[in-house]
Amino acid sequence: MKVRGTKLSHDEYMNQVISVDHHPEIEYAWATGIAISKFLEGLKQGKIYGAKCNDCNRIVCPPRIFCEECFSPMVEYVELPDTGVVNTFSLAYIRTDASRREKPEIPAVIDIDGTTLTPSGFLHLLDENIPHDQIKVGMKVKAVWRPEAERTGSITDIMYFTKLED
Amino acid sequence: MLEQPKGETMKRVAIIGVGVEGFRPAIRDLSYKEMVYRAAVKAYTKADINPREEVDTFISCEEDFSMGTSITDEYAPDQLGGAQRSVQTITGDGIQGMAAAYMQIATGMFDVAVVEAQSRISDMLTPNQIQHFALDPIFVRQFDSTHHSIAALEKQAYQHAFGVSDEVIAEVAVKNYQNAILNPIAAYGMKATKEDILDTEVVSSPLREGEIAEHADGAIVVVMANEDVVKQKNVIPVWIKGISYATNTPNVETRDWKTAKYATLCADRAFKMAEITNPASQIDIFEIDDTYAFKELQHLEALGVFKFGEASKALTDGRFNRSGDLPVNVSGGVLGVGNGHDANGLQRIAELVAQLTGEAGRRSVSGAKTGLAFSWRGVPTTAGALAILSAE
Amino acid sequence: MKKRKVGIVSVGLTKFMRRAKETPKELAYYAAKTALDEAGITRKDVDAAIIGSAPDAFDGVHQKHEYLTDGAGGVNLPTMRGYVGGGTGVFSPIQGWYSIASGMHDVVLVTTEEKMSSVLPSAQAAFNTIFDNMIERPLGPNLVWIFALEMRRYMETYGIPKEHIAAVSVKNKGNALDHPSAMLGQKLTIEDVLNSEVLAEPVHLLDISPVADGAVSFVMMSEEKIKEFGISLDDVAWVEGVGWNVDTTMWTNRDLCYPKYVEKAAKQAYTMAGQKDHSPEALRKWLSFAEPYDPFNYKELHHLEGLQLFEKGKAPLAAYEGVTARDGDFPVTPSGGLLGVGNPIAAAAGMKVAEVYLQLTGKAEKRQIPKDVTRGLAQAWGDLMQVGTVIILKGGRVN
Repeated sequence: MKVRGTKLSHDEYMNQVISVDHHPEIEYAWATGIAISKFLEGLKQGKIYGAKCNDCNRIVCPPRIFCEECFSPMVEYVELPDTGVVNTFSLAYIRTDASRREKPEIPAVIDIDGTTLTPSGFLHLLDENIPHDQIKVGMKVKAVWRPEAERTGSITDIMYFTKLED
Repeated sequence: MLEQPKGETMKRVAIIGVGVEGFRPAIRDLSYKEMVYRAAVKAYTKADINPREEVDTFISCEEDFSMGTSITDEYAPDQLGGAQRSVQTITGDGIQGMAAAYMQIATGMFDVAVVEAQSRISDMLTPNQIQHFALDPIFVRQFDSTHHSIAALEKQAYQHAFGVSDEVIAEVAVKNYQNAILNPIAAYGMKATKEDILDTEVVSSPLREGEIAEHADGAIVVVMANEDVVKQKNVIPVWIKGISYATNTPNVETRDWKTAKYATLCADRAFKMAEITNPASQIDIFEIDDTYAFKELQHLEALGVFKFGEASKALTDGRFNRSGDLPVNVSGGVLGVGNGHDANGLQRIAELVAQLTGEAGRRSVSGAKTGLAFSWRGVPTTAGALAILSAE
Repeated sequence: MKKRKVGIVSVGLTKFMRRAKETPKELAYYAAKTALDEAGITRKDVDAAIIGSAPDAFDGVHQKHEYLTDGAGGVNLPTMRGYVGGGTGVFSPIQGWYSIASGMHDVVLVTTEEKMSSVLPSAQAAFNTIFDNMIERPLGPNLVWIFALEMRRYMETYGIPKEHIAAVSVKNKGNALDHPSAMLGQKLTIEDVLNSEVLAEPVHLLDISPVADGAVSFVMMSEEKIKEFGISLDDVAWVEGVGWNVDTTMWTNRDLCYPKYVEKAAKQAYTMAGQKDHSPEALRKWLSFAEPYDPFNYKELHHLEGLQLFEKGKAPLAAYEGVTARDGDFPVTPSGGLLGVGNPIAAAAGMKVAEVYLQLTGKAEKRQIPKDVTRGLAQAWGDLMQVGTVIILKGGRVN
């Protein structure tokens, strides 16, 4: 079978073949709805909200208005502590544009304390000043909040999670 | 999930529940997931079905840029009850999604399928730029005019070829906006005169604002099942007699501007499947894409309901009115319900199901037994999808 | 309408390239035309087209399959694009299967295409938009993060040493030396992989498959049409089982150590194929080989476990010990995989299905597995660590 295709080098691609450039001006403003609005409003007040499914008898974070497990409505919000446990983490040296960082960012999934049945939580960042050899799966962490006046109702109202000393 | 059957004859497929949330010019109080969840709960209640146990396959009709998310199918399962189940997206109109569901049920491997389509234009700050982004990046996108200009080229070609006046086309809009007044899911019901339509601003001549469907937000969920399931459930089935989808060409250079060939290609297949030889006499009610008012006439002709150029007279004779002999877009059409983009096909299906199950209230067309729904994906596509539904 | 057997009768591949001169349509055309020629049919014989392609952001076109229609041979035909993220390349032939098995269509041309080089500054920029728009994107995430997070969870849960995972890169990039479409076939050592640049710990550069441009097509037919066209059963691979499954969007609420959705998709496919014993030993005997999705080296192992081909946490040692080599007890990714051939998303998984076809029909040339092969599996994965798609093919003369 013949395998066709014309490979280009980076220089050929950028400088030698004719290309048509387009810079799309595409913008969105997503309505956050009932549950995520509640979550984001909570963050603005320095609180982490979860939701309770009375049928599955579990508390989940982030909150939602329906349970993806049993499809029942979830109507009860629960204020959770701003502490949790590192489920998994990475030392990330690569940026979205594929350029590299000197000092890594530390994305992590944080299981929020007070969630029940199976732990649940969200993606966030860890304090970059925690010595790298101390960061472990299972490490206890606490949210570090932006000053109240600077909070906007965004996931970034929590600046990062830092290690909770035992 | 069934074991693979051994060469038995295919079972019939029915719609057993439809749920709609919206349509409204903008839904800002619910997130897109919450909007779909509401439509899903309504559909499952009507279909007497538990999605977590009784649905075998879920199909969500959506596009990345319509949602503002790459790989947008990531966000499809939960609000349908589809987590950890067979879920797929079809990047197409809801009726195309129904065709995929129909085929899956027809394999004998799946009993119950769910099809969902939604529109969240209010989440887009730049809807025209997004549609512009669908144009060929090398040949066409440099032109600064909006995608409506492509529809204008088509309207011009259609009018020129078949001698259809702007006045007649305005009457399509008058009828459909008025029909929408009685439809609770319609966003744009209104009383307008032909002069009102003709007085609206020219967007790209010969196309005026009043003949272009306005965007609307909304979600529709349709539950489909085979005959065995229908027998076990307390539901009113609407049978799918024929279903098809087809694409003409993406190239504006070579496409057929006058005759909406994609509609003819769809009709050829679905009519054969449903044994329709004379649509005007065998079909009682029509729901036809009218994203641009002239499209209602052009599509009816391309489907073979009329010869080209002859739908106009039937319209002006009142035959397309709710009380006429060939009611077209009793729902209000895309013009009246609002342009729900890839949910437009399911808007058409929702109306036929309401009509054929006796739930259309004051919109009811008496004696309607068989209906035809035809949808088009809009500019710049030449993609259509068609379903023929029957109460029997 | 009768239930029918469905076969793949030909495949067509382009080269996989970091940057192709061809437009997306032209890539699709090369693959589609090759597949038609290989089957000995023309576009006139085709009655439906299926297009598989992943994010529209790569090709830079909204409603991408409408744009690709002519290149993929879909003009004036029923043309449809199903989409399950990275799982798409295996899902497209599954769509071909249901289109034909339903009785709706007889001859289907399936094309998977991706051109990732059009997006600037890099494909990573487009991947940013796969994250949740409300609570994840403001954090500035990129795709490598989620792989790193999943990989760590997998390694920690089962105590897997990095050396065992690195063996997959060595094997697949080595296998790719024999693949005519491959862009990154190379002879490597485990140390090379371990010492390559750190991108997001524990992910290093040689753990990852390269972004690419490319296309792969298939011609699929009903049994009746195969007879009608006089196609030899030596050139046919039958679709014996299919499965697909999507987990909850809430990936931060799941334990990432194990892909439950792959297990469910696999069991769906095994059940359809009539294989009731889902133990690893029975399945490895029943299947001759597998092409699981390997965009990252650990994913091949993760997927082998989800597919029930190895016990949880046990695939890495098997890879390290050579069990999964092309001439091993259970060959895995004889093609060279995404790691070696390249990763033009939807086309990459299409390449895996093509490899199963080529092995079963004895057309894999230098890559041919040195034993009798009767039945193979291809699997893909996608979304937010969420989608499993599985197809099982068997040889044209296998009962």
